[in-house]
Amino acid sequence: MSLLFVLAVIAAIGTVAFIIARQRGAALDRGPTRPHSRAHYHGWWAFLLATLPATFIFLAWLLASSIYLERHIIAQLPEQTADSPIASQSLSLGLVKSLANGLRRLDATKLANLPAAFAELRPRLADKRVALAPDTQDYMIPIAVDANRTQDRLGVIGAIAAFFLAAVGGIYGIRQVAERARARNNVERLMLWGLMAASMIAIVTTIGIVLSMLFQTISFFERVPLTEFLFGIVWDPRFAAAGAADSAGQFGLIPLLAGTLYIALVALLVAVPIGLMSAVYMSEYAHARVRAVVKPALELLAGIPTIVYGIFALVTLGPFLRDLSAALAGGSPFIQAQSIFTAGLVMGVMLIPVVSSLSDDIITAVPRALRDGSLGLGATRSETIKRVVLPAALPGIVGAILLTASRAIGETMIVVLAAGVAANLTLNPFEAMTTITVKIVNQLTGDLEFNSPQTLVAFALGITLFFVTLIMNVVALYIVRKYREQYE
Amino acid sequence: MTDISIANVAVASAPARRDIGLKRRYAAERRFRICGLLAISVGLVFLAVMLVSIVSKGHTAFWQTTVTLPITFDEKIIDPSNKRESNPNALVAANYPKLAESALIARLGIDPDNKPAVRKLKGFLSDGVRSQLRDIVMRDPSIIGTTRDVDVLVSANVDSAFKGQIDLGVDEARRKVSDQQVEWMNTLKSEGVMSGRFNTGLFTFGASSRPETSGMGVAIFGSLYMMAIVLLLALPIGVAASIYLEEFAKKSRLTDIIEVNINNLAAVPSIVFGLLGLAVFINFLGLPRSAAFVGGLVLTLMTLPTIIIATRAALAAVPPSIRAAALGLGASKMQMVFQHILPLAAPGILTGTIIGLARALGETAPLLLIGMVAFVADYPTTPFDPATALPVQIYMWANEAERAFVERMSAAIIVLLLFLMAMNMTAIVLRRRFERRW
Repeated sequence: MSLLFVLAVIAAIGTVAFIIARQRGAALDRGPTRPHSRAHYHGWWAFLLATLPATFIFLAWLLASSIYLERHIIAQLPEQTADSPIASQSLSLGLVKSLANGLRRLDATKLANLPAAFAELRPRLADKRVALAPDTQDYMIPIAVDANRTQDRLGVIGAIAAFFLAAVGGIYGIRQVAERARARNNVERLMLWGLMAASMIAIVTTIGIVLSMLFQTISFFERVPLTEFLFGIVWDPRFAAAGAADSAGQFGLIPLLAGTLYIALVALLVAVPIGLMSAVYMSEYAHARVRAVVKPALELLAGIPTIVYGIFALVTLGPFLRDLSAALAGGSPFIQAQSIFTAGLVMGVMLIPVVSSLSDDIITAVPRALRDGSLGLGATRSETIKRVVLPAALPGIVGAILLTASRAIGETMIVVLAAGVAANLTLNPFEAMTTITVKIVNQLTGDLEFNSPQTLVAFALGITLFFVTLIMNVVALYIVRKYREQYE
Repeated sequence: MTDISIANVAVASAPARRDIGLKRRYAAERRFRICGLLAISVGLVFLAVMLVSIVSKGHTAFWQTTVTLPITFDEKIIDPSNKRESNPNALVAANYPKLAESALIARLGIDPDNKPAVRKLKGFLSDGVRSQLRDIVMRDPSIIGTTRDVDVLVSANVDSAFKGQIDLGVDEARRKVSDQQVEWMNTLKSEGVMSGRFNTGLFTFGASSRPETSGMGVAIFGSLYMMAIVLLLALPIGVAASIYLEEFAKKSRLTDIIEVNINNLAAVPSIVFGLLGLAVFINFLGLPRSAAFVGGLVLTLMTLPTIIIATRAALAAVPPSIRAAALGLGASKMQMVFQHILPLAAPGILTGTIIGLARALGETAPLLLIGMVAFVADYPTTPFDPATALPVQIYMWANEAERAFVERMSAAIIVLLLFLMAMNMTAIVLRRRFERRW
């Protein structure tokens, strides 16, 4: 019985309970005294009593039965010996499971006369678009058939128990309908729990991010020492054949970190002055009419996906700068098509609206009185801005720049397309360098082996990125918050 | 003391003005203003250059060159040994390109025995005719033996030449279309059978190794699938979380942590969410790679903070008097929130949701990590089938070398930007129309 079907039946039972309980509640409404809760609250309470416990029990049962099934399969597998054809128990477990899944696609007649040899079975399953690993063994076929049967039986037991529970819950809910029954309070208490659970998802996500990356990172550091990662100056992961013994490679973080910071620096050098000046102009000088046009245009710039910027850099700007530099130098170009400069420039433009909208908020938060005081003493507007408004807004602007920097460091698509993949250590901004995010993408696209350091290093890089940006964000948000409080 | 004569009194004259550098200061003021203007124009000019460059590269992809050929569905070619009754696969494997080739030979009046000329025809028509004609025959086998006019796609190179993108002045050996092909092209064009049509294939086809038969239909579909999942999950969860935090939660350590957490999550680089999806959903929970469902989950987690922040702002903007009035009339707190506050905050919530969705629609990096960089030629039917997304399709086309793919990539960017613009416009209009100032 499929999960969806069982859930649908439970929901149907709940709906019946809802209708009956609501009718009973409506009958109470017509009675001599006012009941505590309105009719639909009685209905919802019966619905929740019918569906919630049944669903939870059924899901728990599914979880438990899948664990039981794994043990059941492992118990039937032959003893693991050194010369077994398949290296590990988990591998053969996986083979049996995918075989069992494949067998589910066959119809009853074909299932009844299964061949004993896997070599015969494989083409039949391939007909049903089930691709199986060739090292599945003959003795696994009966185990898989048995596993399927056990799973079906367990599923039916669980489903029947769930239906029974739903019916009992529904009946209990219906019988509870009474004048003084506090159905509304019950429903609202459950709703509150639901709301609370929803707000926990943010925490769960953070924990999930940290834990998921932490586990992979730890297993990476079991293979590669921490100091080699943190202080290594050579990045050469060497995608060797999976499982080969000499696939060590070198995983030095330094070239990637240097590239990340260099590109972010170039981007900030572009974005901060331009963004700050536009924010100043927009908030202090611009006519309302100009604002009404320019502000949405800048927001449009902020809404363009970063891949579009990346492609612009790759297809248009990079070749243009290369040809331009070739023309200037007379012959060989000194700006490469993929370079720190190109990537930083485009990323800087992407960040202009970020800087300008953040600093716009901060500049407008500077109290009017400070400006009026300065203007009243005879300062020009630009003097007021430079000597009064900006110094007053400085902490907030620093926070905004930090937030922008963390965006620059975590930015992926622009650098993937425009910065290059070679892990160089160079000071020349016209050469290619690579970043942490580029390497995460490189290591994780294509075939994955979750136990090779080549894949796991991506998680170590990810956790580095996460903590660097996290610290910047926390500091920045703290500064911005403090700054706001100062003028409130 | 009174004999001071008038004459001795100095005539009052204004003291010479102290030079306070007004001229210099006004010049500085002007310079500062010009700097501001320059800064704004840099952003706008860049935006304009980028849009113009993309549109100029991409607009041609919306037209595709086709040639109308009278194709004879010759039984001798399709089913030479007449086995189609017994073997259904006979029709599938038939030599359909031959049909189109013979039709073209007849149309151009080439002698079929003139082998060098026939050989030059290779690569004139798209290889996509195979599946196109096959589908026609499979749909209606009775067509065999008759002659029909069929619009056939030409190959990408001829298409580029037709659109004038290939410099015909270059030496013949160094360009991708031969002089003979150009001559045929001009003949067909002057006879009016070869023309540029609106490229519907661009919006219906999936991934393909040939530019002329590749489209973004599957990618758009995958993106819509994921947007639906994001909307279904992120909106209710986000609204529920914000209601709890804004209306019910007492100020405590825990709610403080949640708040800081949400603000931080909003600023976590998107690629980190991709790593989370890969490690948790694919590696730990065993969900399939490159499935729309996993993509939707990852984008949901990424969008949640945006929606929560926007919803909380919208809830907080509803004045306390509404709350007091509802409670005063005997509503429970839950009733007050769901029947009074939430409807009033709905426009703000909707605006935030649309903006969050627009961000999710353009997001690429996390999808690369969960295996969405896949060659997907078929439309996904369930959320667990391999799917791809519009920005990922753009990324994949960016890695192709042929110029015809660049054209399609730019067209896909135009479509993506139009989608985003429509969403952002909706958000702005919603905000303008329904925003209430209390």
